[in-house]
Amino acid sequence: MATPAVTPWWRNRRLIPWLVQGVAGLLVLVVVAFLVGNLVRNLTNAGLLLSWSWLRNPAGFDVSETLLPFNAELPYWRALLAGLVNTLRVVLAGLIGATVLGTLIGVAAFSSNGLLRRLARVYVELIRNIPLLLQLVFWYFVVFLALPGGEQAIQLPGVVLAKSGLYLGKPELINGVWQGQLRLTVEFGALLTGLVVYTAAFIAEVVRGGVASVPPGQWEASRSLGLTPLQTLQRIVLPQALRVIVPGLNSQYISLAKNSSLAVACGYSDLYSVAETTLNQTGRAVEVVLILLGSYLVIDLLISALMNGVNSWVQIKER
Amino acid sequence: MNSPSLSFARLRRELFATPLDGVITLALVGFLLAVGTAFLRWMLFQAEWAVIQANTTLFAVGRYPIEQQWRLWLLTVLLAAATGLSWGLLRGKGSWPRNDQLTAVILIALAVFGSWGLKLELPIQLRWWGITALLLVVRWAAGRWSQALPAPLLRLVPLVWPVLYLVGMVLISGGLGLMRVPPGEWGGLLLTLLEASFAILLCFPLGVLLALGRRSELPLLRWGSVLYIEFIRGAPLITLLFLGQNILGFLLPGGLAPDRVWRAAWVLTFFAAAYVAEAVRSGLVALPPGQLEAARSLGLPMHQALIHVVLPQAMRVALPATVGQFITLLQDTTLLSLIGLLDLLGTARTVMANPEFLGKNAEVYLVLAVLFWCCCAALGLGSRALETRLNPLAPSKA
Amino acid sequence: MVRLRKLALCAPLLAALALVGCASEGGGIQSQKLNGVKSRGKLLCGVDGKLPGFSFVNPDGSYSGLDVDVCRAVAAATLGDPSKVEYRDLNSSERFAALASGEIDLLSRNTTYTLSRDASGGNGLSFAPTVFYDGQGVMAPKAAGINSLKDLAGKPICVESGTTTELNLADRMREIKATYTPLKFQTGDQTYAAYLQGRCVAVTSDRSQLAAKRTSFPDPAGHVLLPEVLSKEPLTPVTVNADPGWADAVRWTIYALMQAEELGITQANIDTKVAEAKANPNQADLRRFLGVEGDFGKQLGLPADFVVQAVKAVGNYGELFERNVGQGSKLKLERGLNRQWSDGGLIYSPPFR
Repeated sequence: MATPAVTPWWRNRRLIPWLVQGVAGLLVLVVVAFLVGNLVRNLTNAGLLLSWSWLRNPAGFDVSETLLPFNAELPYWRALLAGLVNTLRVVLAGLIGATVLGTLIGVAAFSSNGLLRRLARVYVELIRNIPLLLQLVFWYFVVFLALPGGEQAIQLPGVVLAKSGLYLGKPELINGVWQGQLRLTVEFGALLTGLVVYTAAFIAEVVRGGVASVPPGQWEASRSLGLTPLQTLQRIVLPQALRVIVPGLNSQYISLAKNSSLAVACGYSDLYSVAETTLNQTGRAVEVVLILLGSYLVIDLLISALMNGVNSWVQIKER
Repeated sequence: MNSPSLSFARLRRELFATPLDGVITLALVGFLLAVGTAFLRWMLFQAEWAVIQANTTLFAVGRYPIEQQWRLWLLTVLLAAATGLSWGLLRGKGSWPRNDQLTAVILIALAVFGSWGLKLELPIQLRWWGITALLLVVRWAAGRWSQALPAPLLRLVPLVWPVLYLVGMVLISGGLGLMRVPPGEWGGLLLTLLEASFAILLCFPLGVLLALGRRSELPLLRWGSVLYIEFIRGAPLITLLFLGQNILGFLLPGGLAPDRVWRAAWVLTFFAAAYVAEAVRSGLVALPPGQLEAARSLGLPMHQALIHVVLPQAMRVALPATVGQFITLLQDTTLLSLIGLLDLLGTARTVMANPEFLGKNAEVYLVLAVLFWCCCAALGLGSRALETRLNPLAPSKA
Repeated sequence: MVRLRKLALCAPLLAALALVGCASEGGGIQSQKLNGVKSRGKLLCGVDGKLPGFSFVNPDGSYSGLDVDVCRAVAAATLGDPSKVEYRDLNSSERFAALASGEIDLLSRNTTYTLSRDASGGNGLSFAPTVFYDGQGVMAPKAAGINSLKDLAGKPICVESGTTTELNLADRMREIKATYTPLKFQTGDQTYAAYLQGRCVAVTSDRSQLAAKRTSFPDPAGHVLLPEVLSKEPLTPVTVNADPGWADAVRWTIYALMQAEELGITQANIDTKVAEAKANPNQADLRRFLGVEGDFGKQLGLPADFVVQAVKAVGNYGELFERNVGQGSKLKLERGLNRQWSDGGLIYSPPFR
């Protein structure tokens, strides 16, 4: 048979992709409907159909260290909020610490001192290849819990470092327990140290890549203008390197925020740990997971928004 | 020949170029000495390694039934042979470059001193020596006679690995006449490597598909991929593992949900796929669009153009980031211990709960750190080697 | 940057997920668990797995303990073989989700029977008879000089997160108006590790558990249990509310172990008792209990001889107690509240009638 000219529909270049998409979309919809149907049926059977009113019930448990005042009579949402604030606290401190340490190590890779250069390399290779969770439990159980407690605590003027934490502002030993105006617990300390040390290794690589992206001629030129190496770094190289560094930092910051959920391993009451306790008391698995995913998404968005701001600022300064 | 004065001058230039450099060097040397001696003193005089020596089996395979462990030995032998074969053929021409000599020496040293240091029983020590010897002999033989083998046969050699993987799965889990060993009894290094290798193998094709989907012109496909990738990348792994353990059971009809071990493996796979997709996408972006157009205008259908032209080039760019993701994935398996699975870290925690070994955290964590470091560093080295091989400017490639 | 916008895309997705489920009601409730266990040929049992006396792994990889024996008894009653159990180690925060999602059939993991866990408006669980009556206690090093709860004011206390223990501690400390710092850990081994490293001045848990853990400390005599009992802790096996048929099968299997002790039926003499009952038509009670006559098994959906199978597998309640946590074990706990009602305890089986 010879009926050319007309393209049959199954050869239609425009139709086919849409058809494929339609079928794929339908398939996805069917699967999703199947899963959601099961979810609803199973939840109904278990008497756990989604509801949010339990958030207003009193939590009944305490949260170990909080910035917001919290006690067991307050509702679940306050407990979760306290956890969120704890997460934000460690993330914020971690971002600052990791940036400072990471930048120092990244820049050290360009030092004229051979030993320093090699040590920076060793640091990155050592830290990057050991799982963060392992490092966290190491910091907590091996390093921080080995600190002396009570009277044997390390005492400096105005500062005391004991097994229970770091105290600032004229700490006193009352009844075998240190009391001070400002206190950072060892749980916070271990988590923060772990996050900073780990993330700094990655940030160092980002910084090193950024600095390396500046043509060596720039160094030589500023040298010949009589600038010291430090001035060169500060005024000439870093501003240019930042264009490359900032986008790389964004993803490192986000992974730091997400990694902070490993706090459960060292007894710090972050959002995830509070959420886990909440799940246990209420049995509301689906709601709790939704809250968790939503919260981390918001934190990621905040960091991305912040870094976008920084990025546009860096880009304007250049030229 | 290095004359002493020359190296002295170099040392001076490297370490004491300016007074500031001198101070930094001295401070660093002092710091290193202090840390080094403290560490050595602890390692030699304070640490008690019995916690490792008494639990080697637990760390290696967890609660895997003793009478079935011959299956794992067999698998190790097969793995050693396959490694030797691939290694030898990769080098070819019977040559032993310097790096290979070094690797061989390290392997022999590991087999001898490692099994001695772990105080393994003599029969088990002998097995490890045998396995190492097998690996090296096969490597030597394969390198020696690689030229003699017909080319079509040589091309089949890479197929050894997928076949071996399937054989390994059967050996580990049972079936086909072997007694079944339920996943709940796999543990330690076995579980860690199994979960990591499973996720690495499956997340790669999935990631490539997602990356292509994200670059697709079909809006539904594109937005679906984007949504998936960003959703996964926005969530911490532990919440996803938690979701897999606690909610998957609700999503499937009763009793259909796979075992917890497999659930975790799938979560790891789906998690890593999103990151691999981003790595591959960066490779696709780096590729000039003319490549695809040229291939299409030569009459290649879309899938062939992708497979033969676009992906090989994109992968060359994406390789370091992808392998970096694999390394992260291997490290991420430690999170399984947080959801109650007995991976290497989970096993370590049960061992440390044993009253006999209470408080021996430092020893256990140190050994785990060394193990993970070696695995991750090896992956990284492998990737760098592969990178240079794939480099189009390298002379060897035909 | 694009990533921000793309990330934002996920927000509505989550919101949509959150709204799902308010949508529709499921079908009628069917009792399928028992059939599921039978057709699978295996009982899926959730246990702790790291608690001496209650559930732990032997060096050869098998499980033992009081909680484990409950699983074995139920497997014997339903399937006729106590070894047909697949154990799942669960931590305290994942146990209820595992039960609700059907991952396990029976949760036998030193779980406290409480209103909010039982109620349909709470966790929606169904509790079997209590197998161990316990109370919450506090343990502290002898050297710390702590004699009562009041001495713990202002001090850190280690506790396993997600347990009733944690809630009771909060309540009691509030009652005596003492501030304290709870240090919460995900698992028992971490909790005790932190306690032994001196991070907290005391550790709180069920008294039986504290006693069990103390035996494994390097210096058991250096730690004391405070006299106060913070709460009632009836440790009870659990099933889901939605399946009354399955709950009944589990309930009466456990009662059977208690009734067997009352009737003096043991693992050793069960066969002679059965023969006796078969030979003597006048012992109607015994005949019904052992399934020689009547249809108790059938009413529960179990084999007629389910009592015989269960007792054969693990012995009666008294034997089970002594072997795992009592004088026959390292823990050497007293029967105390866990004596038969006829001896002044709380173990009481309703009549098999």
